[in-house]
Amino acid sequence: MSHSQIAAIEVTDLTVAYREKPVLWDIDLQVPSGVLMAIVGPNGAGKTTLMKAILGLVPPAAGQILINNRPYAEQRKLVGYVPQRGSVDWDFPTNVLDVVMMGRYGALGWLRRPGKRERDLAFEALEKVGMRDFADRQISQLSGGQQQRVFLARALVQDAQIYFMDEPFQGVDATTERAIVALLQELRAAGKTVVVVHHDLQTVPEYFDWVTLLNVRRIASGPVEEVFTEANLRLAYGGRVAFLNPPTEHSKPIVGAEPSHTANISTSTRPSEVAS
Amino acid sequence: MNLAQLLYDLFFDYTLRTVALGSALLGIISGTLGAYAVLRKQSLLGDAISHAALPGIAVAFLLTGSKAPLALLIGAAIAGWLGTLLVNSVVRNTHIKDDSALGIVLAVFFGFGLVLLTYIQKHIPTATQAGLNKFLFGQAAALLERDVITMAIIGGIVLVLVGMFWKELKLLTFDREFAASQGFPTRALDILLTTLLVVAIVIGLQTVGVVLMSAMVVAPAAAARQWTDRLGRMIFLSATFGALAGVFGALLSSSVKNLPTGPTIVLCASTLVLISMLFAPNRGLLWGWFRRRQNRHKLHLDAQLHDLYTLALQHNDPEHAHSIVVLRAMAAGRGGVRHSLEELAKLGLARHHEPDSWSLTPKGYQVAQQRFNDPLSEGAVTI
Repeated sequence: MSHSQIAAIEVTDLTVAYREKPVLWDIDLQVPSGVLMAIVGPNGAGKTTLMKAILGLVPPAAGQILINNRPYAEQRKLVGYVPQRGSVDWDFPTNVLDVVMMGRYGALGWLRRPGKRERDLAFEALEKVGMRDFADRQISQLSGGQQQRVFLARALVQDAQIYFMDEPFQGVDATTERAIVALLQELRAAGKTVVVVHHDLQTVPEYFDWVTLLNVRRIASGPVEEVFTEANLRLAYGGRVAFLNPPTEHSKPIVGAEPSHTANISTSTRPSEVAS
Repeated sequence: MNLAQLLYDLFFDYTLRTVALGSALLGIISGTLGAYAVLRKQSLLGDAISHAALPGIAVAFLLTGSKAPLALLIGAAIAGWLGTLLVNSVVRNTHIKDDSALGIVLAVFFGFGLVLLTYIQKHIPTATQAGLNKFLFGQAAALLERDVITMAIIGGIVLVLVGMFWKELKLLTFDREFAASQGFPTRALDILLTTLLVVAIVIGLQTVGVVLMSAMVVAPAAAARQWTDRLGRMIFLSATFGALAGVFGALLSSSVKNLPTGPTIVLCASTLVLISMLFAPNRGLLWGWFRRRQNRHKLHLDAQLHDLYTLALQHNDPEHAHSIVVLRAMAAGRGGVRHSLEELAKLGLARHHEPDSWSLTPKGYQVAQQRFNDPLSEGAVTI
């Protein structure tokens, strides 16, 4: 792993509030270029809001956001975005190819229509996510995993340096999960930075090399092997974490978060005692 | 009036031609913008805008003393716009949800409009001639050639704008946040689309009236959505349906005495919705009913084949025949046993024995073996 010196994403003192309630409080974040970073935290921790604030979709109450050392508005062309699959109406009258081409609209700018070049790029991206045969498919006929792959293809045609993906693994089948992981690795190999809102703590060490633990405040952020620790997780999840394997000195902690889990780990002297 | 005469008048009678053209234009424009409103789940916004326009018409008349449509319609547009602004700010600044906000704004503006209208009729002597009442339910016969020309120009501008910003409006409608992340000014595009919707509605007020104009926004688009899965085709169809409803409604109301234009046009549009809901392929009710029937039929055949196969296995004889009474008992309430058996016989999978017994054929035994012994093959799961 090599990280260059300028931060791909630099967030300073970011605070976001919905009405009076703070959703993000005084977040500082430095994401080096070329990492795969997971944002993890319990429900309502502000993971999606952090992503949207960086993308300028949610107005911050305070704070500054820089992409490659410049404000986001100047760096849009460097950024690709995969929103949550459930954020759109999949009954919209259009087909897969058309949705993927939407990733080029920003680069095309006003008035210009997508043409052959955009079609070619879209087919190429669909190929990469294994959806080429679905190009003509009406989007309401896609499964959840296929919808997710269409969204990924749409981000790929943006040809960005930095990708933001909001829960791409949410409710997808195993095939799609593997396809997404392969894609993430491909993006890293190409030197891209990828930020992913992620729910499954177990797969964090396997899929990512950088992690930010969030719960309204930034709990920790850094290389997975340094900050993805039991102590930090307990800080982020307030103790509602079930440890599947007792962490040892050399092995990375392997944990599963269970938001509805009622066992309160902090009352126990040794975490491994409440292992399920 | 017979049909030939009606067609002749449509092209050569000044009034009828004007009315038909005007109604067609209003249908095209409201059909186009209505498609966006429906896809953005803002069908009710059209209702709020058209009702909110009424006080605008009254105030414009009070201020200018003019009954020229242009002045009144500008008043309508401003009031319609204010109505949507109010809806948006109620949603943004209070805990009231948008459907309630739309309802409140609609009622308040419309009520205020009615009060003003009554006041005008009581206190201003020229008001009867001004005929502001026609804006309630519309009066196509009141359309003049210059109104139609104004409609055509405004409508042309609206359509050109939709064409120019085609991909931006599509992206905004499908995935607003993605559009914003790419740097498109979604607020401005929202305003553009809402303004175009206001214009589309105001254009129809004279002919259809404030009460029913929202139907011209929703109905053609809802009908069009049934027939296609492409945005371009949907908008084209929606405009066509709008035009058809406009022309037919206007013709009907002008050829039958005392038939109000607005309601007639809206009834024509609703008829198109009804036809589309029933008969459109894929999405239509009849299509769905037919598909479900076919599925059930297939499931019944599968189940019947399975019953025969089970009996054959029990007797270790592929062609061991059983009375239909036994098969009916096995079917456990699943109807149409004889029909299913006859269908299987037609497919060469089952055979009838006298007096009234049935068995598999060798081919039927093979098929059943393949289908029910291989858990992965289609059909096994349907039992």
